[in-house]
Amino acid sequence: MATHKISVTVNGAAREAEVDSRLLLVHLIRENFRLTGTHVGCDTSHCGACTVQLDGTPVKSCTVLAVQADGCKVTTVEGLEQGGKLHPVQEGFTEKHGLQCGFCTPGMLMTTSALLAQNKNPSEQEIRQAISGNLCRCTGYVNIVKAVQYAAEKMRSA
Amino acid sequence: MIPASFDYHRPASLDEALKLLKKHGDDAKVLSGGMSLLPMMKLRLASFSHLVDIGRIPGLDAIKEEKGVVRIGALARQAALERSEVVRAKLPILADALPLIADPLVRNRGTIGGNVANGDPGNDQPAIMIALGATFVARGSKERSIAAGDFYKGLYSTALAPGEILTEVRIPVPPARSGGAYVKLKRKTGDFAVAASAVQLTLGKSGAIERCTIALTNAGQTPVEAKEAGQFLAGKTPGDLTLREAAQIAAKASSPSADRRGSVEYKKEMARVLTARALKIALERAGRN
Repeated sequence: MATHKISVTVNGAAREAEVDSRLLLVHLIRENFRLTGTHVGCDTSHCGACTVQLDGTPVKSCTVLAVQADGCKVTTVEGLEQGGKLHPVQEGFTEKHGLQCGFCTPGMLMTTSALLAQNKNPSEQEIRQAISGNLCRCTGYVNIVKAVQYAAEKMRSA
Repeated sequence: MIPASFDYHRPASLDEALKLLKKHGDDAKVLSGGMSLLPMMKLRLASFSHLVDIGRIPGLDAIKEEKGVVRIGALARQAALERSEVVRAKLPILADALPLIADPLVRNRGTIGGNVANGDPGNDQPAIMIALGATFVARGSKERSIAAGDFYKGLYSTALAPGEILTEVRIPVPPARSGGAYVKLKRKTGDFAVAASAVQLTLGKSGAIERCTIALTNAGQTPVEAKEAGQFLAGKTPGDLTLREAAQIAAKASSPSADRRGSVEYKKEMARVLTARALKIALERAGRN
């Protein structure tokens, strides 16, 4: 079966890869690029642990082909920190105890950082709707919401 | 889980895509947002030797109103429809459904073309398109229009011929004194409907129902139009009893199968309850315009 040469910008760096048609984006990220912050959870596009941003939009990378990302910008959890400084959502999750086991956290961070890029002051309802495709099996949603509110506040006052 | 091997094509134009489909015949499948197709292929419920990714063909994702018709390109993403002012203002029934389709991350990728064309009776937009009297534009060797009500033939089987691509959904803007609503019951975010009902109606000047179309999601092998219920309501002045009776007739058109979402009896009962609710909301909305 055919392979395809693709170029993607991953967390700001241009990367190339030779991929099989059926390679999934999450595997390209984890196995080819060795960025293992993005998790594989349910592998059936339910849980959202594999969420990354594709040209700024959060998507479930277990349900996107690597070749579909050709020419696109991919941002993973490793790309949130800038110049040694945590992204406000990362800080919020730390400050507000937004994680317990941490498995869903990379996906939560990618979804909520995308939300805050669009909506500076989301209501609790809007935050809950935004993360409705990201499951936390520790059920720590209350603190996740607080973490996002903390980040929103921090970004507004910055 | 990964899909079985296939070859991937990314045509730059519709003509190129049609050529690829012609060349590979039944071995090829059109890939749009991939939110239904890729999971099916990963679970090995489906396999194709060739995927023709139409996702980057320019000009197929517009959402616009033109001469009394809302025209939605097949590649318009659910998230774009959710943000669309045209949809919110002209098609409340569709606006009802959008936040209930899958989850926000899936809606960032999933397209209306994929939702209506893949023939899954659990998808929400087919019933809505039937209720709205929409037509689907298909391109093969030539272009043709297919009424949504004639489009669904069986489980994952539609009127699209091999080698055809659904390119656009055309929805007539409902006339004055119209109202529509979509009411869906689902167990959790991301799940398909236990049952859902799409109602679109128009009132006459006297306040009587001029016409009403009711269609049901996940109520059989295809989306189900409850024609008798619509006919029953035509010409009637809406009152509690009439609506209740119409919902009962609509539920009779439903033939769901039992699964983990519930028994046949339960699903039929939910079809009745949801239709009654949708009728009520549609009437309220019709009264306002």
